[in-house]
Amino acid sequence: MRTGTVRIAQLLFVVTLASAALAQTQPVPWNQLKFPPLPAFQPQQPTRIQLANGMVIFLQTDHELPLISASMMIRGGAVEEPAAKTGLVDLYGDVWRTGGTKTKTGDQMDDFLEARAAKIETSSGDLSTSISLNCLKGDFDAVFEMYLDLLHNPEFRADKLELAKQQAYTGIARRNDEVSSIVGREAAILAYGKDNPLARVEEYSTIAAVTREDLVNWHKQYVYPNNIIFGISGDFDPKAMEAVLRKAFESWPKGPQTKDPAIKLTATKPGYFFVQKEDVNQSSISMVDLGILRNNPDYFSVSVMNEIFGGGFSSRLFNDVRATKGLAYSVGGGVGSGFEFPGMTRIGMQTKSASTVSGIEALYEEIDKMHAAPPTDDEMKKAKDQILNSFIFRFDTPEKVLREKMTYEFYHYPLDFLEKYRGEIDKVTPAQVQAVAKKYLQKDKLAVLIVGNDSEFDKPLSSLGAVTNVDITIPPPPKELMEQMGPMGPGGPGQQ
Amino acid sequence: MKRSLANTVGLLLLALTLPLAAQDLASFEKQVTVKTLPNGLTVIICRRPEAPVFSFFTMVDTGSAQDPLHETGLAHMMEHMAFKGTPDIGTTDYGKEKVALATVEETYAAYEAERIKRVGKDPQKLTELQKAWQAAIKDADQYVVKNQFGEIVESHGGVGMNAFTTYDETGYMYSMPSNMIELWAAIESDRFADPVMREFYKERNVVMEERRMRTDSNPTGRMIEQFLGTAFAANPYHRPTIGYASDLQSFSASDAEAFFHRYYLPSNMVMALVGDLDPNTVMPIVERYFGQLPTKPKPTEQTTVEPPQNSVREVNMQDMAQPIYVEGYHRPSYLDPDDAVYDAITDIMSNGRTSRMYRSMVRDQKIAAAAAGFTGFPGTKYAHLFAFYGVPLPGHTNGEMKKAIEEQITKLKTEDVTDEELEMFKTRTKADLIRGLASNSGLAQQLAVYQTRYGDWKELFRYLEKVDKVTKADIRRVAKQVFQENNRTIGTIETVKTPTATAKEAN
Repeated sequence: MRTGTVRIAQLLFVVTLASAALAQTQPVPWNQLKFPPLPAFQPQQPTRIQLANGMVIFLQTDHELPLISASMMIRGGAVEEPAAKTGLVDLYGDVWRTGGTKTKTGDQMDDFLEARAAKIETSSGDLSTSISLNCLKGDFDAVFEMYLDLLHNPEFRADKLELAKQQAYTGIARRNDEVSSIVGREAAILAYGKDNPLARVEEYSTIAAVTREDLVNWHKQYVYPNNIIFGISGDFDPKAMEAVLRKAFESWPKGPQTKDPAIKLTATKPGYFFVQKEDVNQSSISMVDLGILRNNPDYFSVSVMNEIFGGGFSSRLFNDVRATKGLAYSVGGGVGSGFEFPGMTRIGMQTKSASTVSGIEALYEEIDKMHAAPPTDDEMKKAKDQILNSFIFRFDTPEKVLREKMTYEFYHYPLDFLEKYRGEIDKVTPAQVQAVAKKYLQKDKLAVLIVGNDSEFDKPLSSLGAVTNVDITIPPPPKELMEQMGPMGPGGPGQQ
Repeated sequence: MKRSLANTVGLLLLALTLPLAAQDLASFEKQVTVKTLPNGLTVIICRRPEAPVFSFFTMVDTGSAQDPLHETGLAHMMEHMAFKGTPDIGTTDYGKEKVALATVEETYAAYEAERIKRVGKDPQKLTELQKAWQAAIKDADQYVVKNQFGEIVESHGGVGMNAFTTYDETGYMYSMPSNMIELWAAIESDRFADPVMREFYKERNVVMEERRMRTDSNPTGRMIEQFLGTAFAANPYHRPTIGYASDLQSFSASDAEAFFHRYYLPSNMVMALVGDLDPNTVMPIVERYFGQLPTKPKPTEQTTVEPPQNSVREVNMQDMAQPIYVEGYHRPSYLDPDDAVYDAITDIMSNGRTSRMYRSMVRDQKIAAAAAGFTGFPGTKYAHLFAFYGVPLPGHTNGEMKKAIEEQITKLKTEDVTDEELEMFKTRTKADLIRGLASNSGLAQQLAVYQTRYGDWKELFRYLEKVDKVTKADIRRVAKQVFQENNRTIGTIETVKTPTATAKEAN
């Protein structure tokens, strides 16, 4: 009976809405529209399970499509590799998969998986490595078995290591061909310092120095359940899946606990740094500095400041430098933030060679404006609306929620970091925005990288201050490798 | 609520092992509502109530292939201008601004007429005309509210706002919380009813920067522009979408406006919405706002057909960058009955570590860092290219790429592909379709693309039937027909010493 009443009430409600909609037959100007509240939405949270061996598992069911995907975040990444073997973890992330298992070559795995439109892949990053799978649910048992085989019994076959090295050599030989790749590399070097593990660069010699033993040892040192966060999502029964995962992982013994990396950070050296590139008619300008940690109490003020300063279509940089001055197609930036280490603060633009110096000055002007006055109430409102109204897109799929939780778990952040974020953003004041602009965006602390063709510049860069020329010549391969590559190899025509 | 789509796909999954049955499509169809408004606009609404958000994709069936002669880059320029607002968005006083913008056009026309004179150009007069034009721009600027369109979208929670122009089509997209649907309808209909060409000449400078970034200052970009200019002679695919620098410096806001009125017509557009949307309430909103757009017939088609090549063509670019090899063969448009056969060739030659080109050139011969063949270059609407590329490893040459690709093509012509290869192609195509259903924005784009190209979004699913019918004999037949020397254009970057390197060696 009670149900019946509720139903009728709902029906009445629907009828009322419908008649209101019918009455509304004329378009309403955009600025007179009223919006209904967004329906309450509680994103489905994954189940967290911690095994006795320390492994953390997140289960997230999603029955929409008949697919299952899973991935691991394994502590330990490229920042831990020895400098003389820079690239080791890169190679590991590749050859772990291509090198196959004790009983199956990587090629056999390829044949098996591709016939099922399934994937098992491995990868690496600065702080972690990963092994993932993605398949139709009907193939899960077979694919998961192969996944476990690769997890426990990787073979790192030598031929695939050689193949991965060749790919790395190609990357090195080609790294000065495109402006974007020069900028990506050199900007990080300027912000963090060239020997910092967060910025150092692979060379022929450091790739050549990596052996199969190094990959085997890496695996032995890091891949243990107590260093792993495993997430799985898709169309499965959570109880049954939990049982499968417990059976697969519970008996796996603990290993040495990976320590969180310690990296010595030094202040960015300010100044102007120039890379000459003759074959371009546009300069790429990047102003960089060390940013902040995500758990810095200023993070929320910085988020609002970034939105106003350089984020998106309605930011000051976009409005002033692109729309008003027509100086750039690509312009943007802000204070960077990282979970474990400070992110990179970066303000960048690309402008025709003949407006290089005026482009730099235009960016400075925007920094000055951020210092000179707090943002207007209108700017504050728009920036907050932008962050808060689009907040739903941080968790509009079960997979996004899962990834978010895995990330917080990995970096030891509170799992409700995202839930708290909303309220904190709301509290930010114009004075706080101005204060963080002054604190984290300082012209005299920025390293300014210019990649361009100085014969076409509007004014010499030296009119701005002392300029350091950056030599991006690629160090030649060791002699043995050079002979193997032949006369057309690196060091042959076209090396810059 | 979630059930229906899951069931649909459950059935699709069966299709992986069974021949595709009509009921798969039938159950997905229940989630989709299609309506063509009286003014010709086709609207697709697909219900996917996973979260209270939606994505849309608007496809204008016009791309840079429709750029008028001497006005290359205009379709792309128009795309940029669609973010500049309307009489209601982006201005403090449209009445006054309209008058000021008319003056900008008059003064620009006078300046441009003098600037392009081949004989008798008067430099002093040119400077004066330029000053008058710049003064008119400054006058019009006082009424502009900067980027108000983007600001409305972003401050109401819009994400992923973007647009693109290809040779074939122009697309517009973003996602919003679902309670903003009426705001979306209001501003999107306004944008395509009456875009105002404000700040046109500054935006033209922005596009020139885009050209410098993508083409002039990028070795691959430079080479591809030359390559397409050589492979095509008659079809507009020979011209760059971004536009030649001289055309970008010449065309006017009036030209863009004329282009808009010719091509941005409801009959020439398809709009797809996917997300937490009830078609019973959303379709009336769409009709109310978009119904205002004027009724005009679909514009005439581009009719120039690329003549048979009948010649060997080659572009060798001497450049500072490392070597790259590309070759392309003319093939018919996407409407060709063999379209799925080309997709089969692409898959077998290029998809992942099991592909023939990866295994032969990267894994076994160890001469390339990457190698693949792909179709749809640089568009698909008109006869276009099936292309192959190879990126040589250090110490290896473009000549080796050419030879290795030739061997793979010969094999395709002379031997049947294996059962496993053909089966893999079919399985992967079906799985890709399922994976594509997981994203509102991806699905919106797919629905709009298929509705535009085939007049029926259901072709997205029916395509699987065509894929199922591809045979080994089809692959050999098409390979023999298309991969011929006289139908080939080669493009290469060959490395030359750089001034920097020379200077260093001289030291």
